[in-house]
Amino acid sequence: MNKLKLNQKIIQSSRQYAKKIAKDIQAFIDRHSTVSVERTVLRLLGIDGVDQFDVPIVNRMVDDVLEHGDIRKGISIYIASALNASQLSLDEFTKQYLNHQVSLLDNQLIEKDQVKEVLKPYVDTQLGIIKSNRKYRDNLLEKYGESKTELYVIVATGNIDEDVIQAKAAARAGADIVAVIRSTGQSLLDYVPYGKTTEGFGGTYATQENFRIMRKALDEVGQEEKRYIKLVNYASGLCMPEIAAMGALERLDVLLNDSMYGIIFRDINMKRTFIDQYFSRLINAYSGIIINTGEDNYLTTSDAVLEAHTVTASQFINEAFAIEAHLPEKLMGLGHAFEINPNVEDSFLLEIAHAQLARELFPNAPLKYMPPTKHINGNIFRAYQQNAMFNMVTTLTNQKIHLLGMMTEAIHTPFISDRYLAIKNAQMVQNSMKSLVDDISFKEDGFIQTRAKLVLDKAHELLKEIAEDGMFNTLAKGIFAETKRTETGGKGLSGVFEQSDDYMNVISDQLEAYFDEN
Amino acid sequence: MKIKPYGDTLNDGAVQVSFTLPIPLSAKAVQAAKEVAKSMGLTDPSVVHSEVAGDQFSFFVVYGAVKTSIDLDKIKVVELQKTSKTKKEIEQLIEEKLKRDIVFVGASTGTDAHTVGIDAIMNMKGFDGHYGLERYLGIKAINLGSQVSNEEFVRIAREEKADVLLVSQTVTQKEVHLKNLIELVELLESEGMRKDVLLIAGGARITHELAKELGYDAGFGPGSYAEDVASFAIEELIKRKGE
Ligand code: B12
Repeated sequence: MNKLKLNQKIIQSSRQYAKKIAKDIQAFIDRHSTVSVERTVLRLLGIDGVDQFDVPIVNRMVDDVLEHGDIRKGISIYIASALNASQLSLDEFTKQYLNHQVSLLDNQLIEKDQVKEVLKPYVDTQLGIIKSNRKYRDNLLEKYGESKTELYVIVATGNIDEDVIQAKAAARAGADIVAVIRSTGQSLLDYVPYGKTTEGFGGTYATQENFRIMRKALDEVGQEEKRYIKLVNYASGLCMPEIAAMGALERLDVLLNDSMYGIIFRDINMKRTFIDQYFSRLINAYSGIIINTGEDNYLTTSDAVLEAHTVTASQFINEAFAIEAHLPEKLMGLGHAFEINPNVEDSFLLEIAHAQLARELFPNAPLKYMPPTKHINGNIFRAYQQNAMFNMVTTLTNQKIHLLGMMTEAIHTPFISDRYLAIKNAQMVQNSMKSLVDDISFKEDGFIQTRAKLVLDKAHELLKEIAEDGMFNTLAKGIFAETKRTETGGKGLSGVFEQSDDYMNVISDQLEAYFDEN
Repeated sequence: MKIKPYGDTLNDGAVQVSFTLPIPLSAKAVQAAKEVAKSMGLTDPSVVHSEVAGDQFSFFVVYGAVKTSIDLDKIKVVELQKTSKTKKEIEQLIEEKLKRDIVFVGASTGTDAHTVGIDAIMNMKGFDGHYGLERYLGIKAINLGSQVSNEEFVRIAREEKADVLLVSQTVTQKEVHLKNLIELVELLESEGMRKDVLLIAGGARITHELAKELGYDAGFGPGSYAEDVASFAIEELIKRKGE
């Protein structure tokens, strides 16, 4: 596909800069870990549940080591040594641990090889579940096939039971992907809530039980509809890798998993976020979960015409980080959006140029294309028209993951009818304009080609600057989304630590070994 | 004067509504939709469209007419007198009447992560070509950003000796904003600070009426600019100084 006649040299050079940017950060990541990474290790050994105060057991254990042991060694060594000393199964140990009958700390620490051996059965069991989840999904996708463009809707009632009703209705109306939006504020919790929940604000808490409930519901409706309905949640915030682990265990299909969203839009510390995103992406790569990145959000705080190149630059960076975590292209759902003020003359052409640019730069990625949000106001009729235009751009540029715009975007999280009408809107456009894309070529050096080139050139310039400046400085300058963040600012820095020489993470060791072989 | 909605003839009272019913589409469902419209007080409702909205739900578009008219003369609104002075006029007022720098502390509070609204009012750049408070001479604008807890907000307000507090609330689902806004008033009262500050709320779903009800001095909704807020605040401060 080369409708835009893009300069391949500039593309290659952009990738080189992005690679350098990611490698610089990766060197930092490789020497550090976080409390959430360590909690994820415990989850992937099979520890789940909460104590009598509703504190997750994984938090209890990691905090225990943080306070009384040397967390820089990693949790793997502590848990393996404790199992070794007590000669208990992990389950039994956990029970006795909660009753203060055994200690996680007062044990002779064992050698790395022995750690691996002690934990092997648990690692194998959990990773085995994930592997079979992946197979299960692949089989169903093969059996039912996949749409060229997948219709993605959100449910956000705050109540998982209500979400189930709405998700099923959406799937029956034609949605291919359902995302359960998280409750406001969950991203800043340094633990994952436990169990089924029915009270969230602007979304529903992401818990493993809620994942299970929604997975079951979508499998049911998928069977009726003879389609595989994909389930989405958010591996973001302070528990990013833990959510990735939970998603892997409960067979989620897509996770919002950006390398910078938490930094920019939730003021989470950048070191914490970069380390967490790496481990979470490693898990996603293993579980075959598509990541969605959050570039679209930049255009809600900065101007979609002036700052279009920041989206492109960030896509290259997100791609480079994804490569570091072994994610193949088909799992890289890079984000972008239709967010230009519709009153701008020729905004539709600009949108086509941007969308086609993303398509051509990342031809094998299941791009996530976001609808207009910022320039939607309370006039729902106007919004419906904007969404129709957005749907056209999707069809004209072959986007893959197509988030449907809601006519009530400026008012509330979607009503059931809002979602339904959005699906019908998209279906009409997709069907009536189905083959138009094959008939379209862009005029040589015309408006669209020229615009795409300009955005790419500017993205290339920016990547060059970032490669020189480093990512930390770039974020401090507020290059993305016009939001400035400092290296030591934001939430969650206290949960970051440098690894000791004998640090060990049984899960990442195992995953890295797997990727080296495959 | 009495009025009714206008379709194509004066006083025809024509309105359109659309809604979903949690039952599969059937003749009975259509009749139920009609009854819903009647129960809303619509005369001669006509279900002009119905369709299945995902099996277990049905979607309707209904037209009808409202019977009663509204007496305009009896309507009272709690509206902020928008005197909106220009930036220059405001700066002049501060210099002449207040004779000191006025401190505005603002934030998007609670778990709310939306900053565009408060930034539009406070940041240098402003919004839609209207400069933000940061650019005003005589105003010290301190924007704390988003996700600021009420405790933190009050602590900094005290530290900075704030004259005006600006609170932005965007997420309103399940009334989360009301709870948060009320909590702030209570906190200010228990700290004995409520009388010492002008307390102003804003956001897409905030009205002046609502803000007053919650114990705020003013509320600003969509389409507000820095000069609207500054005009109100500065005039109010001058008034209070005079008392
Ligand atoms: C941009 C945006 C985001 C961005 C925010 C980026 C940022 N840094 O601000 C991102 C992507 C991060 C985001 C996230 C979320 N969002 Co949002 N978002 C929007 C969006 C598209 C635009 C809001 C906006 O910026 N408007 C432009 C500004 C200028 O308008 P404004 O805020 O009304 O401000 C004006 C006036 O109200 C007033 N004003 C505002 N504040 C103040 C304060 C004072 C003191 C004064 C005087 C005046 C004033 O002056 C301003 C200028 O005129 C709206 C949809 C829409 N079109 O409105 C959804 C929307 C607000 N978001 C919504 C939701 C639910 C969320 C999430 C909670 C979703 C989730 N569960 O994850 C998260 C937030 C999580 C959290 N912790 O808060 C819902 C809220 C629903 C509701 N009624 O409760 C909306 C309506 C979308 C929807 N239909 O679901 N969002």
